[in-house]
This record gives sequence, C-alpha cells and structure tokens, in this order.
Amino acid sequence: MNGIIIDNISKQYKNVKALDDVSLTFEEGKIYGLLGRNGAGKSTLIKAISNRIFVDSGKITVDGDDNVENEVALGKMHVMSEVEMYDLPERVSSYFKIMKDFNSEFDVDYAKAMAEKFKLPLNKKMKELSTGYKSIFKFISALASNCKYIFLDEPVLGLDANHRELAYRMIIEHYSETGCAIVISTHLIEEIANLLEEIIVIKNGKVIVKKDKEELLKEGYSVSGSSTNITEYIKGKNIISTQTMGGLMWCCITGEMPKEAVANIEFSRLDLQQLFIKLTSEEGDA
Amino acid sequence: MNINFDNDIPIFQQVADLLSESILAEAFVEEGQIPSITELSITLKINPATALKGINILVDDGIVYKRRGLGMFVAKGGCEKLIQKRKDAFFANYAKPLIDEAKRLNIGKDDLIKMIQGGK
Repeated sequence: MNGIIIDNISKQYKNVKALDDVSLTFEEGKIYGLLGRNGAGKSTLIKAISNRIFVDSGKITVDGDDNVENEVALGKMHVMSEVEMYDLPERVSSYFKIMKDFNSEFDVDYAKAMAEKFKLPLNKKMKELSTGYKSIFKFISALASNCKYIFLDEPVLGLDANHRELAYRMIIEHYSETGCAIVISTHLIEEIANLLEEIIVIKNGKVIVKKDKEELLKEGYSVSGSSTNITEYIKGKNIISTQTMGGLMWCCITGEMPKEAVANIEFSRLDLQQLFIKLTSEEGDA
Repeated sequence: MNINFDNDIPIFQQVADLLSESILAEAFVEEGQIPSITELSITLKINPATALKGINILVDDGIVYKRRGLGMFVAKGGCEKLIQKRKDAFFANYAKPLIDEAKRLNIGKDDLIKMIQGGK
C-alpha cells in the first residue's frame, strides 16, 4: 500500500484529547493543506506520523510499513517543524554536510542554490541566524531532503513577504520536479490557498474536513441583501453564519451556489480562509 | 506575470481566461508555444493540477493542443475559435447581467438602448 496511511489514531494528554480517532491518507503527487486553529492537534498529528510521540491507539503505515521505530519508514519523510534543534555553534554550511551524513539522498548543491536565492549566510553560525533565516534554513533542508513525504509545519514563520513568495515558488518547483507529497500546515491560509489541492481541517483533535479544495469551495456560498429578502431566501437552507448591519444582511449557506440570479440578492463564492473561519469558529470569537 | 485572482471565479477558469486573453492579444501566436504547466504554476503560484485543469479547458475547445515531448501549442484556427467562444460568453457574461440589472433598476428597454448608444 503506497502512501502514509493513518488508521484510527488517538492520543490523550492528561485530560485533553489531542487526537481523536483520526484517519487520513497522504499520497505522492499531491499538495495537502493541514489546517486547524491553535491547539487543534496539527503538530501532535505530525509528531505522531514522524514517530516523535507514541499514539494511544490506532496505527500509521508508510508504504505499508509500520512507522514505529522503523528507519525505512521514517527515512521516507522529512518533517520541518517549529522545534528549535539547531542551537549549536557550527556554521550553516556544515549542517548541510551533517544532513548528507544522515540522509544520503540529501542534495547539498540544491540546498546551496536555494540558500543563495534567499541570501542565507552560509558562513554564519547557526545560533546567530535571525528567526526568519532559521525558518529558511529548515525550509531549505526539507526540500533538499528529497524525501517522498515532506511535512512543512509553519514553513514561512518569520519570513518577510518577498521571501514567502520565493518559498511558495520553490515549493511548486520542487513538487513539479519530484511529484512528492507535500503537507503544509499554516495559519496563513489566504497566501497558500492556491497551492493546495486537498484540504484537511482539524478541530479539537478530530478531522472535520478532508476534501479536494475545489469541491470544498463548491459546498458553500454567501448571499447578501436586505434583511427582508435574505431572511426569506435562507428559509429552509442550511446556514453557517449570519451577520447584520442595519437593514443589511450577509449569510453563508452550505450547498452549491445557484446558477440563476435571484433579484435583489448578491451571490458570491466563499474563499478558503472564510470557509475555514466559519468551520472552526467557537463562541466568543466575534 | 502577475494576476490578481478574483474570488468569485474558480482559479482554473481564470488560468484558461488568462491564456485566452494572451492568445487574443497575440502574445501567443497560432502554432506558437504556450508556457508549460510548471512555468504557469510557478509564476502564478498555483497548484500544477489547477494549471493543468485550466489548460485542458483550451485543449477541449480545440484552441490549444499538445505535441508529445515538446509542450503545448496554439492550434491553427485557434484564435478564431476563441473569438466565437468569447462572443457566446459575451452574451452570457455581459449582455445578460446588463439586462438583469436593468430590470432590477426598472430601466426600460428603450432607455437601456439609449444608454448603450451613449445618450441618457
């Protein structure tokens, strides 16, 4: 069985269910968006996949092999996370060599070429790098790992707008060339929405959405107009949220947007970020 | 190349539109090559599957064709097909909404024609 298959895993931390019966599949040739609010369970999931934590129940296989303490299975994935592991005095360039020692597939030339584009100072000591450049180093290492499964947990944390654009371009470039699986977990949904093919949304440790992005966006739409018209229009429809301002009313509805225009009502598509906010909002957010 | 994607239209459709515009503007000529899927996805920062879906709209309409191992090219007569397609779309996307909006605003047929002709 090809792909990373996550089969009914759960993980409990004291009285918090960090992962609650999660089942997912990650296949090569796709860019996934792993979305969720702070504390939803994204990082716990990534840690479970990379066997940095043990799960309470369920199992994870990589191309058919169980991931627990399995070098072959774990060697097929690279996890870029916010965890700070490089607070050592060595220079940046020597880390690329160290990476090559651990992973013979690591492409030092490719890593250096990317470093040059980002103007990452290779001669600086790792601990002297700024937050942004530490992220960039980890990002470069992830792509240059040449792994089949690449997990990017907040890949652009601390990067300026120009560097974020560059990073997104590099993701597509790498993906187009290798056809690997890339799983991106980020809060900057608007910026990466167009890169993603499949969307996974986690809320309170549970997977609440697992869908092709275009399909997902077709599932809802918003309407606006006068309160009287909208109230009448939304009768019997499945409403995600409503908002009013004076006599105006906005409403998000699940279902496919009607093709025919309706007098006095404006229709629009939801974007991924709006949809995410609606799906994951809790009382007290507004 | 930078385009600002509009939220109300699926991205793959906007990719097809962008290529169509470029063909009509003769940025890509008949029998000339158009950008590859990789080029398109990198420049526009979109998923390659989306770029492919956009190009496939033009392939299905016979405006663009694939030469194995070489890339995508604008078909002979592609420009003309595109113009016909755009005329059909003109009615659906411009004329019809114009009429609908006129009805909403209670603008009569004669007034509407006058407006189009430039009078008030």
